Amino acid sequence: MNEQPAIEVRHLSHRYGARLALDRVSLTLQRGGFNALLGPNGAGKSTLFALLTRLYRIQQGDILFEGVPVDEAPRHYLGHLGVVFQQSTLDLDLTVQQNLEYHGALHGLSSRQIRARAACELEWLGLAERRHDRVRALNGGHRRRVEIARALLHQPSVLLLDEASAGLDIASRQTINRAVRSLCNERGLTVLWATHLLEEVAPDDPLIILHRGRVCARGSGAAICREQGIDSVTELFERLTGAPAA
Amino acid sequence: MNLNTCLYAFNGVVKREFWRFIQQRSRFLSALVRPLLWLVVFAAGFRAALGVAIIPPYQTYITYETYIAPGLCCMILLFNGMQSSLSMVYDREMGSMKVLLMSPVPRSWLLVSKLLAIALISILQVYAFLGLAWLAGVEPPLWGLVTVLPALVLVALLLGAIGLFLSARIRQLENFAGVMNFVIFPMFFLSSALYPLWKMRESSEWLYWVCQYNPFTHAVELVRFALYQQLNLPALAITLGCTVLFTLLAILSFNPERTVRAAPARG
Repeated sequence: MNEQPAIEVRHLSHRYGARLALDRVSLTLQRGGFNALLGPNGAGKSTLFALLTRLYRIQQGDILFEGVPVDEAPRHYLGHLGVVFQQSTLDLDLTVQQNLEYHGALHGLSSRQIRARAACELEWLGLAERRHDRVRALNGGHRRRVEIARALLHQPSVLLLDEASAGLDIASRQTINRAVRSLCNERGLTVLWATHLLEEVAPDDPLIILHRGRVCARGSGAAICREQGIDSVTELFERLTGAPAA
Repeated sequence: MNLNTCLYAFNGVVKREFWRFIQQRSRFLSALVRPLLWLVVFAAGFRAALGVAIIPPYQTYITYETYIAPGLCCMILLFNGMQSSLSMVYDREMGSMKVLLMSPVPRSWLLVSKLLAIALISILQVYAFLGLAWLAGVEPPLWGLVTVLPALVLVALLLGAIGLFLSARIRQLENFAGVMNFVIFPMFFLSSALYPLWKMRESSEWLYWVCQYNPFTHAVELVRFALYQQLNLPALAITLGCTVLFTLLAILSFNPERTVRAAPARG
């Protein structure tokens, strides 16, 4: 069995002019695990995502995918990556199916493959009936599910979700969180779930807490709490970041 | 990256442009109404004032409508090319550009695909306009409608490339008004689209030279000659050279980091 982490980030730093947004961030995402990235607003989560998704160039440090620096094989890496961004990236004027077709084509899938994969993912996410609806007509929770279906269309091995549940009601948040967790168990997908909502993190989840561009805690939530002599992840988060838990 | 992957990606980009185009019927209508207004209203008013002598590629006296028809075809391509810059800025602001950037297909290929998709849609509109212009009495040779196609493709690519290049320079959607005032209008009016350049020279020598240096002038002349089954080699060389130049500039100036900054995240 390959024990190499799916993604390894080494000493990653990023600046916007004089402002340091990420400061020597290091972390690993174990294969097939649900990894939670916690941090208050402005912690640097989205900058880290932009670097992980290659929307930003790496200024300092390394990102390795299956042990290989992503700069050495960027297309191979992007082909294995599924991403749900914080801000919706769906084309509101197109239908659900058209959005998926566009994404699938950009990942080199044929029309037949796209139809089969789209039917499978939309069925799994309970959206099969809505595939010919325009995205504009869907509510926030359904749009998020479409984004997840789209991110899974090309069968990635790593799924990155940046505040995927932001702005949704509690029921939708829980539905999406459960669905994504099941991907790790059922498909062996590696997930990085970035959030500032502690209710979305289970005590045993591998946890990375980011604050002011630095990793201030890493490991299983329960283990870090034990080390620090704290009862809950909420308390841990508040102590490390000084921000009230959401 | 194998050829099939690139072809599927190309297919995806073209389909998306068509889907968006079909949904924006008003865009199609305005693309036709604009040159038709020039052809029917403007040309009627100026026909008497602007007599056109026999100039190549025409072999006889022509109506003013006939003279401006190729320029109006290029006007459609010009507006569509600039519209493409608008849609790129829109995609950037709305976040959908990230979908394109997350593709494992080379970004330069995706930009070229986008360029070809814009060109295809623009050319459909040009032929729709030529059909309507025929009804208004502008009747180029039938074979001219075939020989003009390569010229239209090249000009559409040129103007699309200028549009994509500009989209890298435009920071916000609101700045598009600047494109109208500083790119579309000067390019169109400082060209041979509406009046032959010798007429311009009679009025102003320096304006004549400005028109000569405007690539749009040569694009119009390329289309005009091709519509009458003739090849204007200098116009072809200049249009081709400018297309290559602006395509390279569009690819080089395409900066994904701006895509993220256009929609700042909070986390």
